[in-house]
Amino acid sequence: MLSVADLSCIRGDRTLFRGVSFALEAGQCLHLEGGNGVGKTSLLRIVAGLSPAAQGAVCWHGELLGSPHCQLPAQMLYLGHLLALKDELSAVENLCAGSAIAGNTIEPAQALDALKQLGLAGRTALPVRVLSQGQKRRVALARLLLQQNPLWVLDEPFVALDAAAHALIVRVLHGHLAQGGMVLLTSHQPVDLGAQGRSLRLDA
Amino acid sequence: MNAIAAVVQRDLRLALRRKSEVLTAVFFFVVVASLFPLAIGPEPDMLRKIAPGILWVGALLASLLSLGRLFAADYQDGTLEQMALSPTPLPLLVAAKVLAHWLLSGLPLALLSPVLALQFDLDGGTMWVLFASLLLGTALLSFLGAVGAALTLGVRGGEVLLSLLILPLYIPALVFGSGAVEAQMVGLGYGAQMSILSAMLLVAAFFGPWACALALRIALE
Amino acid sequence: MENFKIRWFQWAAPQSFYPLAGRLWPFFGVIAAVLALAALYLGFFVAPTDFQQGEGYRIIFVHVPASWMSMVIYLAMAFWAFLGFTFNTRLSGMMTQALAPTGAMFTFLSLWTGALWGKPMWGAWWVWDARLTSELILFFLYMGYIALTSAIDDPRRADRAGGLLALVGAVNVPIIYFSVKWWNTLHQGASVSVTKGSSMAQTMLWAMLLMALAFWAYSIAMALYRVRTIILVRERHTQWVQEVAA
Repeated sequence: MLSVADLSCIRGDRTLFRGVSFALEAGQCLHLEGGNGVGKTSLLRIVAGLSPAAQGAVCWHGELLGSPHCQLPAQMLYLGHLLALKDELSAVENLCAGSAIAGNTIEPAQALDALKQLGLAGRTALPVRVLSQGQKRRVALARLLLQQNPLWVLDEPFVALDAAAHALIVRVLHGHLAQGGMVLLTSHQPVDLGAQGRSLRLDA
Repeated sequence: MNAIAAVVQRDLRLALRRKSEVLTAVFFFVVVASLFPLAIGPEPDMLRKIAPGILWVGALLASLLSLGRLFAADYQDGTLEQMALSPTPLPLLVAAKVLAHWLLSGLPLALLSPVLALQFDLDGGTMWVLFASLLLGTALLSFLGAVGAALTLGVRGGEVLLSLLILPLYIPALVFGSGAVEAQMVGLGYGAQMSILSAMLLVAAFFGPWACALALRIALE
Repeated sequence: MENFKIRWFQWAAPQSFYPLAGRLWPFFGVIAAVLALAALYLGFFVAPTDFQQGEGYRIIFVHVPASWMSMVIYLAMAFWAFLGFTFNTRLSGMMTQALAPTGAMFTFLSLWTGALWGKPMWGAWWVWDARLTSELILFFLYMGYIALTSAIDDPRRADRAGGLLALVGAVNVPIIYFSVKWWNTLHQGASVSVTKGSSMAQTMLWAMLLMALAFWAYSIAMALYRVRTIILVRERHTQWVQEVAA
């Protein structure tokens, strides 16, 4: 269970947001909404542990983020704005390396399978730099199918995706929630999250 | 363990597909070592005297060239972020990156040094000591330089700033590394200098990745 | 113990430190001026002419205290950086940044006075002895710190990156000194002793000590003065700064 209490964030001189609190239980999804520059990415990065909060606390199963007992880094999958793909490597090579670094070694066959599910069959051995933006996003999202982390923190996962891919990813999200996982995401596009979905609006 | 191997393998693969980066450092070393005799004069006695210093400074500058790119690409495409989020401690992943960097820049420089030493008329024993001192020294430079590279990530004018930051750190390595070669040349024995160089390498290998990881986290905030 | 801790941390808030620094810096400034005058008087008028070195040696009582201060200030910067990492206070980074320019100035002063002393003494403007060379490298360390903190826009990141650099440098300075000393002895370089034998006049020692204390007081005064400006700039969006500015 993820709980965030009284979080505030300062970037340079500006206070982006303050007093943000929410809790996420197993099987729930939270959609962070707000205009550009209001701090959605900053909030996700604070939850991921990449940036410090000016105030407030993030707790995972009751343990404060940053304390030695907190398991959040190992149990979270973070996909940010940057795709974390190397242009000269193929999609399969990228996924295998990325998974190994995330602590979850996979076989190339598994990566191939995940990429096929995302509609990238036949493009898996090409260097990533020849793929389109949407295809690159799909390669990055293939990690959702390969890793077994309970909490997914996704920053604008639907950017550059076509309707079919969008629907596929939403199906993957629903599947994850059905298995008891949690999703925290931001998106400018409307996302149908069903009964388990809530929204939180960040205002300036 | 797999994460560390994955980092090394990825960096090596990338370098093999982008060969120009590896070759730049090597060619720079060759050019610098060849320029000095042209600037100073061809007398063998004098060349022999200045050889350890020149070859060491050349290797130092060549490795400095490639350091700016150690973390920059990873920082820009998001792979550094993912490494910071990995369950494997970041210092270990940093050590993996430094190892890959050394394999691609330091090791070739050390391997090339005996060939360049021929231009300076050094004898066989001295060439061996030069090779060994550069082998250890370039590894030491990679570990120290990584801290500087991490501190200047994404900073304006980072490359030049990197040189300014790292040069004080490099001086002990330079002093003892070239000192070992010189000692061999005058017949004094390289033992003391090589031991100190090895000791510095061990300390840098232990503390360097830790300081570097801290600097990376500061850059990622 | 709790009360003690609370009292100290109270001063760590920029808002409380600002008036405290404002009261303290003139006090230190006056002490610095008085001590400096006393030291100058002693050094130039009272101390006897050295038998071997003539009048030129008098510069050492600026050179030696300046060298001492350049190292002390670097240690102080490392100390504040350490505090900053341990307690995560904003003021630590500000103090480190406030100290740097004064430290760089003393290093620069030490190098130039060393050269001015060197020319009549050894016949050369620059000598590669262990101490001077280490001083030169210390100058590079200061310049590196100032360059790095100026180049980073985000104040918090600048503080933390600079602090880490200061700490790494502080660990490195003894290593550099030892390496350069070793390098010097190997090459039989000039071994210049500031206190040649024990023939230094007692008055000279007093003048050096007074000058050292004067420089110390000056550094504290400058650091406190500078940190006030840094506080005003960093906290300019807070209520209390806008009241002060009004």
